[in-house]
Amino acid sequence: MAILVDDGTRLLVQGITGREGAFHTGRMLHGGTHVVAGVTPGKGGQEFEGVPVFDTVEEAARETGANASVIFVPPPFAADAVFESLAGGMSTICCITEGIPVHDMLKVSNYMRMNDATLIGPNCPGVLSPGKSNVSIMPDDIFTPGNVGIVSRSGTLTYQIVNELTQRGIGQSTAVGIGGDPIIGTDFIEILEKFEEDPETECVVMVGEIGGNAEQRAAEYIQREMKTPVVAYIAGFTAPEGKTMGHAGAIVSGGDSTAEAKSQALQKAGIRAATNPTEVGALVAEILGR
Amino acid sequence: MDLYEHQGKELLREHGLETLSGIVAGTPDEARRAAETLGGTVAIKAQVLTGGRGKAGGIKVVHDPDEAEEAARQILGMDIRGHTVKKVLVEGGADIESEMYLSVTVDREAKQALILFSTEGGVDIEEVAETKPEAIVRLHVDPLIGLQPYQVREITFSAGLTGDTAKGVGRTVRNLYRAFEELDASLVEINPLVVTADGHVLTLDSKVTVDDTSLYRHKDIADLHDVEAADPEEQRAQEAGLQYVKLAGDVGILGNGAGLVMSTLDVVAQAGGEPANFCDVGGGADAEKISTALDIVTSNRQVKSVLFNIFGGITRGDEVARGLLAAIEQTGIRLPIVVRLDGTNAEEGRQILADNTPPNVHTEETMLDAARRAVELAKDGGR
Repeated sequence: MAILVDDGTRLLVQGITGREGAFHTGRMLHGGTHVVAGVTPGKGGQEFEGVPVFDTVEEAARETGANASVIFVPPPFAADAVFESLAGGMSTICCITEGIPVHDMLKVSNYMRMNDATLIGPNCPGVLSPGKSNVSIMPDDIFTPGNVGIVSRSGTLTYQIVNELTQRGIGQSTAVGIGGDPIIGTDFIEILEKFEEDPETECVVMVGEIGGNAEQRAAEYIQREMKTPVVAYIAGFTAPEGKTMGHAGAIVSGGDSTAEAKSQALQKAGIRAATNPTEVGALVAEILGR
Repeated sequence: MDLYEHQGKELLREHGLETLSGIVAGTPDEARRAAETLGGTVAIKAQVLTGGRGKAGGIKVVHDPDEAEEAARQILGMDIRGHTVKKVLVEGGADIESEMYLSVTVDREAKQALILFSTEGGVDIEEVAETKPEAIVRLHVDPLIGLQPYQVREITFSAGLTGDTAKGVGRTVRNLYRAFEELDASLVEINPLVVTADGHVLTLDSKVTVDDTSLYRHKDIADLHDVEAADPEEQRAQEAGLQYVKLAGDVGILGNGAGLVMSTLDVVAQAGGEPANFCDVGGGADAEKISTALDIVTSNRQVKSVLFNIFGGITRGDEVARGLLAAIEQTGIRLPIVVRLDGTNAEEGRQILADNTPPNVHTEETMLDAARRAVELAKDGGR
């Protein structure tokens, strides 16, 4: 098992002929992902690295049986791409695009609530289940199959932590980058629920950062519902108030949004928190008895 | 993007909100003429992109053009929390009967718009929230259906408003929500929203923040960006497509990825140092981009050492190492630079650096060692 994406994932790439879409489709194919279709309006009938390209998601899904999508279209068209994926019946949608207007995401996320599908992102690296499926822009050569689940608001921090785990001989079940925007499709809790239900996942790493209060809500959930041990790490203790630290959602705006407040909530919930990325690997190793 | 009060008010007026008439002045003489035009009692208000201007003496109520000129002379050029006042808004007076609070923001947790309304206006709303939470009406708006009439009634009835005041406040709530949507705002706030003796509901002071990611569809608002008010280094970084935030310390920090850079700042602080900045160079190993970033980071004269923290993912460590060497050569930096390279092809990358580096470049294998080294070098005095 794994969560969100696995051997049964039949992936459709929206924006497959664009620079980013083309580059990462090549990598995902190389990593063994079943990329079954691409969509670029106006380029239907073409092929990209052997993958048929369609004008619409509806047609692509009908012809290929695609059940998941990854979105590489530019910000002004990204909300439309998510709606099209939903209408086309995709059950997992990963939106990589950075810079989607907040008001677009307000509409998208509220519409998602009326559907069964899962939206990961936007402004995220995607989802990768090592050895099974790579629906992401993550470098798959640092991963190794195993039993640690990772859920993170940051891309490179995820790579850093995965690398530490792999070097210690600890593999991963699935890594999920939920995205660095203020409004995202799926929060920590929904991913933690999936890891809790996954028999293969023996330990979960949660990587948070400044902005919002998703970490506090996750801490409460972990304490209340989870049997699977969780190791947390929070970035941004030195961030000044009112400044956006790279991610649109990483901004200290008083109260709950500081790293300190998040860290205290984790502590209160009895969750082990690392003070730096390296320590995450050590704590996981300790929990797994490696 | 934060807007000046006078800019925000102009946009709110376009959405049907009532304000006092005002004139922007850049000199004491302009302020005098504005006061003459408006007549009677006027307020001279500093235009700065920060709060707390009232307490700092940035707002003065005056009674004639002479006083207006003198007040403007005092306020113009004033420093308010690091912002220099370049313009004042000269605004007519009003006969205020009551003061209220109204705002629309994005609630990240609920993923909906949040309207806050209170009859306790003109004071810090966070203080009201703590001391008198029952005085605040909180209302979520589903962006798919927008603000509904019953929600407006909930606000006016719960506040006990009647007659023309209820109508005026209701209209203001509807217009402000429409402005929030149409401007792609992340915050529209009116504090105080006042009711005058003659029954008008006026926006006395307001704050408008527009979502940066939406500016591509609001060219008119994007043009309002005040380049001069921005930190020159931050402005240059923005133009170069780099994420850069200036801080107060002496260890310059660069890395790839927002999370990793934030984490690097923390680790430097844990090692007893003080980060001078946040700088995310993004993916790729483009020597041009790295050298621009290095240049911006080291143009801050406080910087005594630089920590370059890279995780090679899709961009391999050896490519990053070559890009970095080219950038160091281009910029001719003499300051000590600590490089920590990890991830894909990190060993090859470190080897390339070891074989070719100038004496001011130090390589470390782990983030913690690199942070400690950079802090030590900064303490030794750097340049």
